[in-house]
Amino acid sequence: MEWESIIGLEVHVSLSTKSKLFSGTASTFGAEPNTQANIFDLALPGTLPAFNENALQMAVFFGLAIGAKIGKRSIFDRKNYFYPDLPKGYQVTQLDFPTVGKGSLTISLEDGTEKVIGVTRAHIEENAGKSLHEEFTDQSGIDLNRAGEPLLEIVSEPEIKNAKEAVAYLKKLHSIVRYLDISDAIMAQGSMRCDVNVSIRKKGDNKLGTRTEIKNINSFRFVEKAINSEIIRQQEVIEDGGTIIQETRRYDANKDITSSMRSKEVANDYRYFPEPDLLPIVIDDSYISSIQSALPELPDAKQRRFISDYGLSKYDAGVLTATRELAEYFEQVAKKCGDAKSAANWVTGSLLALLNKDDIEIIKSPIDAERLASLIGRIKDNTISGKIAKNLFEIMATNFSSVDELIEKRGLKQVTDVGEIEKLITKVLNDNPNQVQQFADGKEQVLGFLIGQAMKASQGKANPEQVNELLKEKIKQKR
Amino acid sequence: MILDKSEVRKIAQLARLHISDADVDEIGHRIKEILTLVDQMQSVETKPVEPLYHPFDAVQKLRPDVVTERNNREELQKLAPKAEMGLYLVPKVLD
Repeated sequence: MEWESIIGLEVHVSLSTKSKLFSGTASTFGAEPNTQANIFDLALPGTLPAFNENALQMAVFFGLAIGAKIGKRSIFDRKNYFYPDLPKGYQVTQLDFPTVGKGSLTISLEDGTEKVIGVTRAHIEENAGKSLHEEFTDQSGIDLNRAGEPLLEIVSEPEIKNAKEAVAYLKKLHSIVRYLDISDAIMAQGSMRCDVNVSIRKKGDNKLGTRTEIKNINSFRFVEKAINSEIIRQQEVIEDGGTIIQETRRYDANKDITSSMRSKEVANDYRYFPEPDLLPIVIDDSYISSIQSALPELPDAKQRRFISDYGLSKYDAGVLTATRELAEYFEQVAKKCGDAKSAANWVTGSLLALLNKDDIEIIKSPIDAERLASLIGRIKDNTISGKIAKNLFEIMATNFSSVDELIEKRGLKQVTDVGEIEKLITKVLNDNPNQVQQFADGKEQVLGFLIGQAMKASQGKANPEQVNELLKEKIKQKR
Repeated sequence: MILDKSEVRKIAQLARLHISDADVDEIGHRIKEILTLVDQMQSVETKPVEPLYHPFDAVQKLRPDVVTERNNREELQKLAPKAEMGLYLVPKVLD
């Protein structure tokens, strides 16, 4: 039986405001437990919410970035449920009138094609606190630092077909959020979280199958694995004659399975109603256009510009625009060395390999844009060969002297003096009479060997093109 | 409209309220009265009426994104029945 899967993502992004959504308490990551939890965050009686304008701006900023309809009148609602890390007994969210309405973003698929994924909505809501169940016996510890932290929940249309598309969507979302600098969006720290809805149906069916929701997946890789594992599980259930139950599941990365989170308790009814402590949020066109004017160049536009301005391949342009910081780094190198293609090759090749090896962020690169640009400059002006440059690059990762200093001190300068190269070649030819004879007998392949010997004798410093030319000339004279 | 004892108990559980067996009938009766009133309200034609989200005809004021609160954990945790290692302790919950 052929199956197809349909996936929808709900992504929570913590907005990087200084203070919380409804209180003046600091909202930074990694503080000591409950040191960022004050009377409002603890829901002490008599406290009232005061809405943070920056959270609204960030939400609108995101909405405009995905071409969404902006809600000019948004309304907060209470979602009621009981849990100790939710001291008020309700979460303030936006149910019917979210700040961000329908928008979309474009993902690139592996075969090079593009696909538009609809974003249903994005609403502002407050985070809950954190419960720690492991530390104590018969008790749970509650940390309310995160309680009331502003979140943007971004809901996709069920237009994602498989795990790869889901990851591409998530990465694009991550990239946009980072370009806008409205969130750290670090999945491992929980500032970006992802719930995945998965259903399957027989290929060609129009009706959606029953979906399950996998909660709180904390890495791109696990999103992909969790979806694949859930799709297989659902297929097996149905093929064995069973039915899918609509439920919440969790993903166990060690076992690579999803398992039901269903509790014995009665299913919750959130009893939504408008939050009486907050008035409607009303914004006008001038508010929206002032935020619009602050939009930076976004990844898709930047990628197109890199292709047209620098003549890069779509793939390279995609890699280089994945983060704003990387794109800026590349542009600095390209401008300083005046050779965008070389800059792209070095950045996507050696530099990213170096950074990925030790998981270093581009802004902390041991080789800054300036030094990489001068390295490329020294290849272009024939001071050093490309091969030497690769070695020098490795040296530069741990030695922070200037490129020229390193070339000077380590004697890496390319030999371009004809007399000197001729001397080298004469020696190589004299040392290898057998190969010279073979060449004379018509075995032209030995040329490569002899060039290699000459380069080796120069410790890689001779200009390879010159060696090539001069060697051919000399050996022909011997024939 | 039907409201039997099991429904009263279910509602109580959802609301995390403990009610004694002796009270179930009385509470069921009172909820039923409320539901009758709700039914009466449901019968009102509301299509032409614009929904009211807030009784005040006003717009939410916005607060600048400034940290105004300081860490006051020590004082606040004195209010809690139990706190340890900076955490508020509650009876064990697992979802």
